[in-house]
Amino acid sequence: MNALVNEFIIKLKKRKIEGSKTTAKLTAEVLRSCISQQRLPQTNQAVALIDAIRGIGEKLIAANPVELAVGNIVRRVLNIIREEDASLTAAAVGGLGISAGSDDEDDVKQDDHQGLSAAALAAAARNTLRPPSLQTLLEDIPQSTAVPRTSSSGGDSEGKSKSADKNSTSKKLKHNVIEAVNELIQDIATCHEQIAEQAVEHIHHNEVILTLGNSRTVMEFLCAAKEKKRSFRVFVAEGAPRYQGHALAKELVARGLQTTVITDSAVFAIISRVNMVVVGAHTVMANGGVIAPVGMNMVALAAQRHAVPFVVLAGTHKLCPLYPHNPEVLLNELKSPAELLDFGEFSDCLDFGSSSGSPLLHVVNPAFDYVPPNLVSLFITDTGGHNASFMYRLIADYYSADDIVVKQKSIPLK
Amino acid sequence: MVGKKGGSKGMGAAEDAEEELARTPLQAIILADSFTTKFRPITLERPKVLLPLVNAPMIDYTLAWLESAGVEEVFVFCCAHSKQVIDYLDKSNWFGQPNFSVTTIESHNAISAGDALRLIYEQHVIRGDFILVSGDTVSNMSLSQALKEHKERRRKDSNAVMTMVIKQSKASPVTRQSRLGTEELFMVIDPETKQLLYYEDRGDNLKGYLSLDKALLTDNTSISLQNDKQDCYIDICSPEVLSLFTDNFDYQHLRRDFVKGLLVDDIMGYKIYTHEIHSSYAARIDNYRSYHTISKDIIQRWTYPLVPDVQFFGNSATKLERQGMYRAPEIKQSRSSKIGPFTVIGSGTSIGNNTEISNSVVGEGCSIGSNVTIEGCYIWHNVTIEDGCKLKHSIVCDGVTMKSGAALEPGVVLSFKVVIGRNFLVPAYSKVSLHQQPIRQDSDEELEYADNSSGITESPSVSGTLDLLNEEERTELPDSQEYEVGDGGVGFIWLVSEAGQEEEWRHSVAPIPVDKLVAIMQISNDEADLPNEDGAFLPPSGELGPDSITNDSNEDAEDIRDDSVIFEREVEATFQRAVEEDVTDDHVILEVNSLRLSYNMASADCAGALFYSVMKLALDAPHDSPNELYKNVVSTVRKWKKLLKYYLPSIDEEIEVILKFEEMCLESAREYSPLFVQILHHLYDQDIIQEEAILDWASEKEGAEESDKVFVKQSEKFIQWLKEASEEEDED
Repeated sequence: MNALVNEFIIKLKKRKIEGSKTTAKLTAEVLRSCISQQRLPQTNQAVALIDAIRGIGEKLIAANPVELAVGNIVRRVLNIIREEDASLTAAAVGGLGISAGSDDEDDVKQDDHQGLSAAALAAAARNTLRPPSLQTLLEDIPQSTAVPRTSSSGGDSEGKSKSADKNSTSKKLKHNVIEAVNELIQDIATCHEQIAEQAVEHIHHNEVILTLGNSRTVMEFLCAAKEKKRSFRVFVAEGAPRYQGHALAKELVARGLQTTVITDSAVFAIISRVNMVVVGAHTVMANGGVIAPVGMNMVALAAQRHAVPFVVLAGTHKLCPLYPHNPEVLLNELKSPAELLDFGEFSDCLDFGSSSGSPLLHVVNPAFDYVPPNLVSLFITDTGGHNASFMYRLIADYYSADDIVVKQKSIPLK
Repeated sequence: MVGKKGGSKGMGAAEDAEEELARTPLQAIILADSFTTKFRPITLERPKVLLPLVNAPMIDYTLAWLESAGVEEVFVFCCAHSKQVIDYLDKSNWFGQPNFSVTTIESHNAISAGDALRLIYEQHVIRGDFILVSGDTVSNMSLSQALKEHKERRRKDSNAVMTMVIKQSKASPVTRQSRLGTEELFMVIDPETKQLLYYEDRGDNLKGYLSLDKALLTDNTSISLQNDKQDCYIDICSPEVLSLFTDNFDYQHLRRDFVKGLLVDDIMGYKIYTHEIHSSYAARIDNYRSYHTISKDIIQRWTYPLVPDVQFFGNSATKLERQGMYRAPEIKQSRSSKIGPFTVIGSGTSIGNNTEISNSVVGEGCSIGSNVTIEGCYIWHNVTIEDGCKLKHSIVCDGVTMKSGAALEPGVVLSFKVVIGRNFLVPAYSKVSLHQQPIRQDSDEELEYADNSSGITESPSVSGTLDLLNEEERTELPDSQEYEVGDGGVGFIWLVSEAGQEEEWRHSVAPIPVDKLVAIMQISNDEADLPNEDGAFLPPSGELGPDSITNDSNEDAEDIRDDSVIFEREVEATFQRAVEEDVTDDHVILEVNSLRLSYNMASADCAGALFYSVMKLALDAPHDSPNELYKNVVSTVRKWKKLLKYYLPSIDEEIEVILKFEEMCLESAREYSPLFVQILHHLYDQDIIQEEAILDWASEKEGAEESDKVFVKQSEKFIQWLKEASEEEDED
């Protein structure tokens, strides 16, 4: 297990893994194998598991602090463990509820619960961990005051049916967690399909769409609209200095889309003809700000100037529960200047031996831009379209508040 | 004697053989010893490959690069301080990496790269093509392309034994000197096959001449002579290379003996090819100068991902902030201290009040006091710098203490644990060490123990200046333990011989003094002039530089005029300085020549500009009447006659001077106009301007407009007189 983690850490450290999606997938896979190999004690299994994952997660995050997808997945997995644990406890309590057969007033409600599906039970259990989400409020699942109470009373009742339950729960927790992590991996792999499904609702006939750089999600999104017989044109800003836009243009043309490649600097000139800007993101922060390939802020500003909708596509694994602080510097990665200039040609400008010892030429090549939330019109995630100001709510759905700081010593679960 | 340490512990012999059957893993040899003495006195105590480069040992860069380039087996050949190298590798995690095995080969009697390779050959560990680098290589290039090319060539021709990696670098002599401190490198390469046909890395000794074997031209349909390439010292070799070293037991140096040997000796028909890299980085730390340059390249991220904020291997987490400031965690920094751009601060370092640090690298656990100025320095780990010290362009090794008020002048190297006394000023380019400076010749024996690489240098110029230090006579230090680094100081200042001092600036971390730069320019310009006169010289390869382009674009007259105005001003400034600072004529000539080359001017322009400056000087001198002005002119001209004469080799220049004078009288210095004839006559008398020039000028002006002929008319009498004189001569 350690070897696997170490290998992954080394790869992260050496920046050998690129792209938030691959990183997210690999992180989830590494964590899955860690969970399956983790030995769990008899009691407090969830706590032990959370501690173990926290320990590994901390190391993974430190390996490449700029790649936020690692942290996102670690937190997602931690949240999964919490949820599974909660639902197991709830189920156990529910089981006990019948056998105990109390004549409390709660009795009726308790029985009601019994009739609910497992999903509803899990949702109810989730309520014990965090305040009700908008979704649950809308769906109007009965708020049971009983759940927290019973769970606290579960302590003494556990004593009765101890030996029978214990083994099955331990296996069950691990099993359930792995199942859920598998689902997460599945979600990451298919997120662009789910995003692409929504394309028809956003792209209309004869529209002009502008994008920058290359994003798999954007490509699938555009192609999905094309498949639904929408005819539209795409402008691709090439995305200097890595020019990934060229690859995107190639791919789009291969799929039969009318494509025009423009330089990044032509974005402002072309924006007035554009109906919608659709771009991918590196990370979406909790405030709705976006970390995206360099040049994106300029596109967003251009879009705002001409009142063109600026739509960001992001899988849920890109949602980061952190608020950005000085993201232009602290969440950025400066790449090699060799992508901009040929070293040989400029070697005489990088002369450290003459004059004051510092050269007159500096080359700065940041990988990312930060787009503030007010410039983003719409986020499209695998769960639908959202406003930037709604991001914190979405994040509350996927992450537990206890996990936002991974380093912090874990608070034991009740 | 020869010990081998297994890095791949889990791998049994049987498995090894099995794997070999399947495919040969990519192997590499790292020479963890440069077999030179350029980093003395630091290398007396620690091997070069373990010296920190931007707070990480050099060998980590090499290993991390090899690992990421897909090398699977590395043999580290340790010689000097082999124990330290092995200990370091043991402590680090390099042993026991997945898919990357590191094995050390230890020897105490290898004295050159040749010996090392012969030893490795005897061990029979190299089974296929391998990469040969030294442990001070910093690179991020991908080897796959070069390897593919090498293997393809091998399949076609088994004599293609080696592929050298080269990189483009501007051909300017200043850049070459100021970046890596290397001499000019000439290579002849077949442009189609990329075969290396000629290699000369001591371009500075050639004095502008390069003689090639005629056979080169007859045997090859086309060759290109290149001087704008940099040798990266990364070689992809076939196993034959090792046996070649064994067969030719006198081969010592990789380039000077082996490469040149193969190129000259065509009996065996072995061939060397080159592979040029473009976007990736590769360089070798050869001396202090390249240490400085490569550190800066790393800070500027050319070596990405081998940069301080990426934890490529074992280095601590460092954050990159705005303007290229790298800061490790747990730094105690006073609010009033100023840290400039492109600075690296290691973890656990504390910085006091009002301290200023710029363009420097500070290691881990250093404590820097208040009011300290650090500029362009490399401060290694656990250094104590007390209040009020001033450091400029120096290297300060581990554990050094600088007492308050001490100062370092540019180019100083303080070796390990030296203590510099209170208010002591360490003179420029000096090296201070706890070890006494070895005394020439017999010292080598004694040093053998401390540093095996000593005395091995095959030829004096191999290791350049520092070797000079060792070979040249130097004064013996007193045997008594008297330290000479100030009050309470501990350490010996290594003395530098006369010849060494002259060369010291070349390889230090300090910027090159301006006068040296001018001198380099001058030398190279002279060299450049030579071939033009001969007309029989191969032009250097590569595209035309920007200079030559402006040369061609004569239609852009505006530009040219602008240039000439600036040029004139520059010459005037130079001349003024010469007058004020009493510089000798030779130096003025040097400077004017370099100006001429940088502005691309003809020598006539120089003459004009210089004459203008001289006259201006005379004009600026206090005078009341035209008569006094004339006297001024006479005296100034007398003083600078030699200089003027230098720039007046032919009639053309002289005419230019007269035209210039005319122009002055009309425009900038009308005071001269009444004196025109008088001064012209004086110039004639002084032999500065010959009679033909004046006559030519007169006849040239014949057809000009009336307004232009004012001065010709003025000097009519004089010209008449000249004509008559010459006629008289003719009659005689």
